[in-house]
Amino acid sequence: MAWTRDDLAAQAARELRDGFYVNLGIGIPTLVANHIPPGMDVTLQSENGMLGMGPFPYEGEADPDLINAGKQTITELPDSSYFSSADSFAMIRGGHIDLSILGAMQVAGNGDLANWMVPGKMVKGMGGAMDLVAGVKRVVIVMEHNEKSGAPKLVKECSLPLTGAKVVDLLITDLGVFEVNRGAGVVLTELAPGVTVDEIRAKTEAEFTVRL
Amino acid sequence: MVDKVRKDAAEALAGVLKDGMTIMAGGFGLCGIPENLIAAIREAGVKDLTVISNNCGVDDFGLGVLLAGGQIRKMISSYVGENKLFEKLYLSGDLELEFNPQGTLAERIRAGGAGIPAFFTRTGVGTLVAEGKEVREFDGEQYVMERGLIADLSIVKAWKGDTEGNLIYKKTARNFNPMMATAGKVCVAEVEELVDIGQLDKDMIHTPGIYVDYIVRGSNYEKRIERETTRPKEAA
Repeated sequence: MAWTRDDLAAQAARELRDGFYVNLGIGIPTLVANHIPPGMDVTLQSENGMLGMGPFPYEGEADPDLINAGKQTITELPDSSYFSSADSFAMIRGGHIDLSILGAMQVAGNGDLANWMVPGKMVKGMGGAMDLVAGVKRVVIVMEHNEKSGAPKLVKECSLPLTGAKVVDLLITDLGVFEVNRGAGVVLTELAPGVTVDEIRAKTEAEFTVRL
Repeated sequence: MVDKVRKDAAEALAGVLKDGMTIMAGGFGLCGIPENLIAAIREAGVKDLTVISNNCGVDDFGLGVLLAGGQIRKMISSYVGENKLFEKLYLSGDLELEFNPQGTLAERIRAGGAGIPAFFTRTGVGTLVAEGKEVREFDGEQYVMERGLIADLSIVKAWKGDTEGNLIYKKTARNFNPMMATAGKVCVAEVEELVDIGQLDKDMIHTPGIYVDYIVRGSNYEKRIERETTRPKEAA
């Protein structure tokens, strides 16, 4: 039984530590906020310019001047602060954020990440992803192990344009957990329930070793 | 004392707008955008604009109305995923586009306003963003050189301002506005509340008035929400 989206978020939440400042990407990474262990002090950063993101507002209380990086309405907490996008990315680029959890289209065995562009098809832009992977201390990727077509997404070399070179520390897919170590060699360290190493080998292009 | 206050957005931009000019527009998504000034640019009909803004509004609101009016020749942005017309114009070759990583865009504007012509950043090294740019090693790490950005005009939105042009932003509506205020050769600010000098707490001012040439009190703010996300109220 492969992990569901919510299971993936719960797996990623195991990377959180007390006192961490964390930036969560759009999609599955956003769900990680629902799995912060009770009693753990984690401060969420929103790269448009906020520390201390609170939950969604109650119905009828949304504030158009208060949104997260995914443009969703949010709320503030007692310890929240606001700042400009330049200050926000100084924080990111300057290595002050402990952990970033992001989605991906491809991760390569050498730690490269592609998650912003499909040439000729998708023209959206990279937003803050390139800055996050270049500046945050630890980069964790959460993604489906394969594309809908079955094509592997953990590949030898990214065919899509890169978001960053040698930037991925840890990869969590619906089939298992991989230490990527920014190019120091991929190690499969955990299997989703009912998933075998052979199944992962068949569905993965990148080389990896196994240390369960 | 120089009078920076103008009656409305059209009066503030009169004599400033020109075809082919470069305009920086504050805001992130639809949050903190200068609604009145964008509408006045739409009304004035200037064309061939290069617009520097993190996003390009949505199809019928924000900078999207300038796209729809065929007024924009080139955009410098970090993310335009909310705008279908944008994608269509770009893929058909009717719109030039330069993508910058969001932090690089913010820093280019900050640097431009601060008189820094270029800087080095790790962001984008080894990607398309670094192509054709100088890459240099500092302390064993690779960095790419990015240029400071300035514009002929910057349009910004603040919550409160005074007649000297001192500005205070609200919550995440601050975003790109403070840097853009510093990087326009001319800066026009619109505010929800315009007060006399002495009415703002001087320790709380985000943008000092030196950067602001003209200030207007905006009207009829729509403040459209792009993605309203809420949770149900728990039973009391």
